[in-house]
Amino acid sequence: MNRQAQAVVLLLFGGAILKVSLTDLYLRYVKEGLRPLLIVAGAVLVAAAVMTLWYSWRNSDDHHHEPRVGWLLILPVLGLLLVAPPALGSYTADRSGTLPIGDAGSDYPPLPEGDPVAVGLLDYASRVVYDEGRSLAGRRLKLTGFVTTAENGAPMIARIVVSCCAADGRPIKVGLEGGPVIDAPAGAWVQITGVYSTTLGKDPVNQADIAYLKVEQWQPVTPPKQQYE
Amino acid sequence: MTTEARALDRRGVGGIGSVEVLAGLLVLLVIFRGPLSGLVSGARMQTWTTVFVSVLVQAVPFLVFGVLLSAVIAVFVPRDFWARALPRRPALAVPAAGLAGVVLPGCECGSVPIAGSLIRRGVTPAAALAFLLAAPAINPIVLTATAVAFPGDPEMVLARFLAGLIVAVVMGWLWLRLGKADWIRLPHRPDLDGMPRGQAFWSAVRHDVAHAGGFLVLGAAAAATINVLVPEAWLQSVAAQPVLSVLALAVLAVLLSICSEADAFVAASLSQFSLTSRLVFLVVGPMVDLKLISMQAGVFGRRFAVRFAPATFLLAVLVGTIFGVVLL
Repeated sequence: MNRQAQAVVLLLFGGAILKVSLTDLYLRYVKEGLRPLLIVAGAVLVAAAVMTLWYSWRNSDDHHHEPRVGWLLILPVLGLLLVAPPALGSYTADRSGTLPIGDAGSDYPPLPEGDPVAVGLLDYASRVVYDEGRSLAGRRLKLTGFVTTAENGAPMIARIVVSCCAADGRPIKVGLEGGPVIDAPAGAWVQITGVYSTTLGKDPVNQADIAYLKVEQWQPVTPPKQQYE
Repeated sequence: MTTEARALDRRGVGGIGSVEVLAGLLVLLVIFRGPLSGLVSGARMQTWTTVFVSVLVQAVPFLVFGVLLSAVIAVFVPRDFWARALPRRPALAVPAAGLAGVVLPGCECGSVPIAGSLIRRGVTPAAALAFLLAAPAINPIVLTATAVAFPGDPEMVLARFLAGLIVAVVMGWLWLRLGKADWIRLPHRPDLDGMPRGQAFWSAVRHDVAHAGGFLVLGAAAAATINVLVPEAWLQSVAAQPVLSVLALAVLAVLLSICSEADAFVAASLSQFSLTSRLVFLVVGPMVDLKLISMQAGVFGRRFAVRFAPATFLLAVLVGTIFGVVLL
């Protein structure tokens, strides 16, 4: 690999990073807060490529051999530009146990106004497990997630919780009971309106608690821009 | 590249150089785009690709930041600066460099090229290695993340800080006693001294991104493979046994290669495991993991990596366990 080839690889790599961070693609892989850093990093890579080409154009006599391992940077370029894999979804939810709910403290503030009120899956599960549903009683709730299947074949909804990048993604699952049959395929995004249920299940993978929701109605929805919680 | 191709490449004009190979490759990719993306349509392969690119995307800003800083060290910081900044006696320079790691926020991918650059500029390898281990383990961002992930166990932050610093410093001292200079083989980098500063700077950046970045790709691929292959149910069955759980989480930290700013959240979610085993996970992870071993082998040479990584692993497990038993 010579410098010009290296410069082209860096240009592609930086360009791929810029492309995913300037569109919403990066949300499939990392947290929103990383975006400015990604844009800067992509720009630096592109600048390094341009400067390399500029210098090698000015003194064309160099034919140094550069590390061949640099060729591998083509792989993430292909991954990002050609494949652009989707956000983690039902495959991960099937394989991994639901996130064990940590106690966020004794204080669960009342839900915001609204009927039904939109609640995140993680928020719902911790209010169920640690607040015994006190802040949920008497409210109609709206939960959005993708469909996944429990061991006994019953549908559940889940979201992937990501703290840094998709490599650490863990599912949070909410069981469903009552109401109309949910006949959406695994992985399809749905919005469920329902009320708090006292049922608690166990995830067979890791014996963590699974909160349940009593379904009133459901509808398919398009996947949200930010699929992770 | 074969020897022949390399010879052609050297001759340049009329031969097939790497630019031509690259151009050919890209044309083929555009033509076969359909079947290629069809290859990764299965759920497992898709998950692999998602994890692979997300480890890389997450690491890129830190890699670029580390490479820029290392180029600044190589080009703009005068050679005698380090001799003046660090204590003259190597045995004292090691803890000083370890503590200096506290102020560098970033994950481990950035600190490998920085440590390489420090050695090139004449910093004693023992001190540079203490810095390499300490910087990703105990910087303020990592400690804050740990505090957030373990709201009920503030002593976790203290234990992580102390255990990380001690492992880094002891590894530095061990290197002073046992290390051999010829184990470290820094890759040939084009000689920067004769160049104008701007050119030298960009030359160092280009070389280090291609080099450390290439090894980062290898590590990310390994981590993605583990992520897809190891079923979580295996972990559950060992969580109940105290000794086995420490070893299991130590090995898991190596295999998963999660960046040090995120590993606390993963450790927090492994709540069936004892606090001690999770502390070991947090001490080992930033110092030894697949992507780091790969990058260290690239930047310092294979002879270095096969000795340094296992030694660090053993020491980190030992120190982590002691602090877990005493503090948690």
